[in-house]
Amino acid sequence: MDYSYFPGCSLESAHSSYNDSVKKVFKHLDSNLHELEDWNCCGATAYMSVKEIVGFAISARNLAIAEKQKWDLIAPCSSCYTILAKTHRYMKELPELKERVNECLKEGGLSYNLKVKVRHPLDVLINDIGLEKIKEKTKVRLDGLKIANYYGCQIVRPEKGFDDREEPMTMDNLFSAVGATNVYYPMKVKCCGGMLMTTYEDVALKLSKEIIECAVNNGANCIVTTCPLCQMNLEAYQDEINKAYSTNYNMPILFFTQVLGLAFGFSDSELGIDKNLTAGIKINGALIHQ
Amino acid sequence: MKIVNIKVPGKLSWKEQDLRVSFLRQLEAVPNSEKIKSCIQCGTCTGSCPVSYAMDISPREVIALFRAGDMESLLHSKTIWVCASCYACQTRCPALIKVTDIIYALKRLAMEKNIYPPNFPVYSLSQSFVKIMNSYGRLHEARLLVFYFVKTNPFKLFSFMPLGLRMAKKKRIAYMPSKIKDIKNFQKIIKKAEQFDMPRTVGEVQYLKGAVGYGAVDKKTELESKK
Repeated sequence: MDYSYFPGCSLESAHSSYNDSVKKVFKHLDSNLHELEDWNCCGATAYMSVKEIVGFAISARNLAIAEKQKWDLIAPCSSCYTILAKTHRYMKELPELKERVNECLKEGGLSYNLKVKVRHPLDVLINDIGLEKIKEKTKVRLDGLKIANYYGCQIVRPEKGFDDREEPMTMDNLFSAVGATNVYYPMKVKCCGGMLMTTYEDVALKLSKEIIECAVNNGANCIVTTCPLCQMNLEAYQDEINKAYSTNYNMPILFFTQVLGLAFGFSDSELGIDKNLTAGIKINGALIHQ
Repeated sequence: MKIVNIKVPGKLSWKEQDLRVSFLRQLEAVPNSEKIKSCIQCGTCTGSCPVSYAMDISPREVIALFRAGDMESLLHSKTIWVCASCYACQTRCPALIKVTDIIYALKRLAMEKNIYPPNFPVYSLSQSFVKIMNSYGRLHEARLLVFYFVKTNPFKLFSFMPLGLRMAKKKRIAYMPSKIKDIKNFQKIIKKAEQFDMPRTVGEVQYLKGAVGYGAVDKKTELESKK
């Protein structure tokens, strides 16, 4: 299968490991990702809260380019996924907005006619490729690895999409298919605080702490996430959390494609796991990274 | 959809009228935003909100205050800036009210009306973001944080250094921004889009009978007219 691929800004820098592991996993499953020609930032929530029409217009520029490529558009970053899907839906539901946005796009020689399907890689793995094929392609069973599946807000909630909003199971099913154990994890769709980490740090630290605490209490070896911002908050601020709450957490926070890549036999450096700031994880008794 | 027709309870001050109309215009860009009329004040939004403990006005009260015609308190609240936009309230609302999108509309309105303290964190972050976007078309994380801290609290930048160094060691910081090729057309799109965000003209809002949740007020006036 062929897909257009929208990496997004954070996958270009701080989370290149997510970018690398998505590409590795999809190639291993015989799917081709074609990077979107000259893509721009989706606008994220920061733009939407300043100037909405501008936010929609720059997001729609990506959709307009994807429309030319004719494949479904895969966006691994939760925020990009939501913003692109939201732009598509709003333009569909509000013809007036579509008209205005297209008037803006015309200035750049583009137009968008609602023909693109925005997909998350998790959705594609489960619904297009399928668990059977993933099982077939598994080289290293992840027996004994206890995973806390953390979905976060953006991929399940704002846009009613491929999974349940309160109790999503796609990631759980994915990892039990490759042999891992999913721990009881009621915090799976709770908010990590997002951008509040830069604006109201105390609030975000509390939210992130609760997410890590729950995984620790339920005996998880690692938290697996789909979102670069969640990964950043939970991992890079773990020291701050330990300082603020006198805890001693050292929980690895991995992208779901990194863990899946391990099951496909890729090494930790190929998947960027060695770029992690926290402790390593054990698979079949062997310590991966550090 | 004619959301501007949401009825106003009683007589509002000129300032309140102005804010209310601007807010309703903001809501026009949200599909099904007229559901704001059907709030039953159950509090599911507040109960679902992970940050309601840090708010001065809870999400349930946001809707109540809107209906009571008190936009000014809403725009001056900490609530609209503390919202992490996790959408828990919006997905659980039994009346299908777009609570998160309504809070976004309030944020935009507060910025449009310049209601926020100087060097306000959320606003500064958004502004820094917009500045980088307009010149590169893509976000550059390192630059965003530097711009942001210089605007709000330069000393914070130093406390950020240890984490920055750890990230740099792991090759997780891009030093040069990545720029899109077609930046000229990109900027043209933004320029055109900005025209659509021009400040809105304020219309006259009249007191309408039967305003949502204000049956009691109407009954009173009916009684008075009977007398």
